[in-house]
Amino acid sequence: MAKRIDVSDLDIYYGNFKAVEGVNISIEPRSITALIGPSGCGKSTFLRSLNRMHEVIPGARVEGKVVIDGQDLYGAGVDPVDVRRQIGMVFQRPNPFPTMSIYDNVVAGVRLNSTKMKKSAMDDLVERSLKGANLWNEVKDRLNRPGSGLSGGQQQRLCIARAIAVEPEVLLMDEPCSALDPISTLAIEDLMTELKERFTIVIVTHNMQQAARVSTSTGFFNLNGVGQPGRLIEFNPTEKIFSNPEEKATEDYISGRFG
Amino acid sequence: MSTQTPLAPVGATSSGNSGPVREQRRLPRFAPLGLFLLGVAVGAGLSALTGFSVALTVIYGVVLGSLFVYLASRSVEGRRKASDRLVTTLVTTAFAIAMVPLLSLVYTVLDNGLPRLDGAFFTNSMYRVVGEGGGAYHAILGTVIITALATVISVPIGLLTAVYLTEYGTGRLKKAITFFVDVMTGIPSIVAGLFSYALFTLIFGVSVRMGVMGAVALSVLMIPVVVRSCEEVLKLVPNELREAAYALGVPKWRTVVKVVLRTAIAGLGTGITLSVARVIGETAPLLITVGLITGTNLNPFDGRMATLPVFAYYQLTQPGTATQAFLDRAWTAALVLIILVMALNVVARLITRFFAPKTGR
Repeated sequence: MAKRIDVSDLDIYYGNFKAVEGVNISIEPRSITALIGPSGCGKSTFLRSLNRMHEVIPGARVEGKVVIDGQDLYGAGVDPVDVRRQIGMVFQRPNPFPTMSIYDNVVAGVRLNSTKMKKSAMDDLVERSLKGANLWNEVKDRLNRPGSGLSGGQQQRLCIARAIAVEPEVLLMDEPCSALDPISTLAIEDLMTELKERFTIVIVTHNMQQAARVSTSTGFFNLNGVGQPGRLIEFNPTEKIFSNPEEKATEDYISGRFG
Repeated sequence: MSTQTPLAPVGATSSGNSGPVREQRRLPRFAPLGLFLLGVAVGAGLSALTGFSVALTVIYGVVLGSLFVYLASRSVEGRRKASDRLVTTLVTTAFAIAMVPLLSLVYTVLDNGLPRLDGAFFTNSMYRVVGEGGGAYHAILGTVIITALATVISVPIGLLTAVYLTEYGTGRLKKAITFFVDVMTGIPSIVAGLFSYALFTLIFGVSVRMGVMGAVALSVLMIPVVVRSCEEVLKLVPNELREAAYALGVPKWRTVVKVVLRTAIAGLGTGITLSVARVIGETAPLLITVGLITGTNLNPFDGRMATLPVFAYYQLTQPGTATQAFLDRAWTAALVLIILVMALNVVARLITRFFAPKTGR
């Protein structure tokens, strides 16, 4: 299921403003890739360009190539909706649908697309996804209660369950733990390590310990100054980035000597 | 003033032994109200000097009452508390003055309308009634039918416009639509009636009268209200929910239908119900387009129909031989209209309560 992502010479724009410039990166299947860097350097923008969520914002566009298993995401005939079905996303703030129960939230991807599915298959999918997101034991007795009644950490795991229920190839996570306490964070980090067996995961994080704990490779983004586009400074295996980075800027950022 | 300001902290620190929080002298609980009423009483006395009048009493009373409260509070509690009391007094007075017409209206309508609020009023029409008796059966049904038709016309147009403005519209077209919706909001209702009248005259010839003409006129008034209220509600739907749906590979139109509209449904229902309440009492456009009949006509595509506001208008302006009976019917029609509008407001509240997203705690 998991797929490889190759990005070459990617420039990302908001209108005329170039937000990210010249990204070349190769993300291995069944791995966790962490993206770190200061605020406003384009990590999230880059992440959103990987499943074409970027272009939801008016005026936003992309130049360059993002290739997933030989298929160019930005090719002429590619439907962004299909891309997003293959590449799921978890957001910074938990965003379960407030009108739906826990059960309906998990099957939202199926229901909203009006895919026909038998009740038993759907029950199965809900159980499998919630177990996959380590939430099953906590909510199995109240599947029909609203999803917004869960705690923040549970809501975020519900969102992960919702994302993996549509069985994507790749899972993008945009600071999934920044609104959570350490215990919920730990639960989600454990979950990522499990999900790595099935998905390619790319995570944006401000927490460098988190990047060091969970990821196999790490990319460091930086920008030269306000109004300048962000760049990918260094992309290497996580141990190398955190022990012996190639670039001075990476070392400065990781050791906290920076900004 | 500026010379006094630095004194306050000095005073605060010099009263040292009472701790960091100073004991405040307070006016007794009902003192402000009493002082205000005293001011009103003095105001009444003042106005009595020049021949008693209610308006002067209110003006003198409010000014004097506020002044008494302010001065008393200033001397006992200090400047900041006194300003607080003054503003509280003024805001409360403004509210009380605003309530006067409302209460007076409700009282008058109830007082005059209740005697004829009987079974016959809801079951009889005015067919062959020239004196006492009769009812507004035909007018109540006419109002319901015409308003329902207007809703059927306005809601799809208004709701879809609102969806376009919040979800799809960009650039000039969006600005133009917003501008024209604003212009439409300000159209006088008589102009809407004349528009509908002219439109149907062009199509069906002179002196055509149909219920649907009134419905069209009402929808001209109703559409901008629906657009505005729905747009505001749709803007409140968090963008994160749209993104969550997109990230699941849901096409935009399904996101709009199943996530955005579903999440906003309570607000949409409320907005639409209130816009119905807004047009249900319109008189002028219906007077021109629908006219009035004494019998019952339930077919909005053929001939004149009766409606409550027009019914009340004609009962009042063209009473027959039994003048009092006509006036009573006019008051009762007004009362029924108020009851209808209040019922719609209650419905709007119920919609909000039952469709709002549940928090589940």
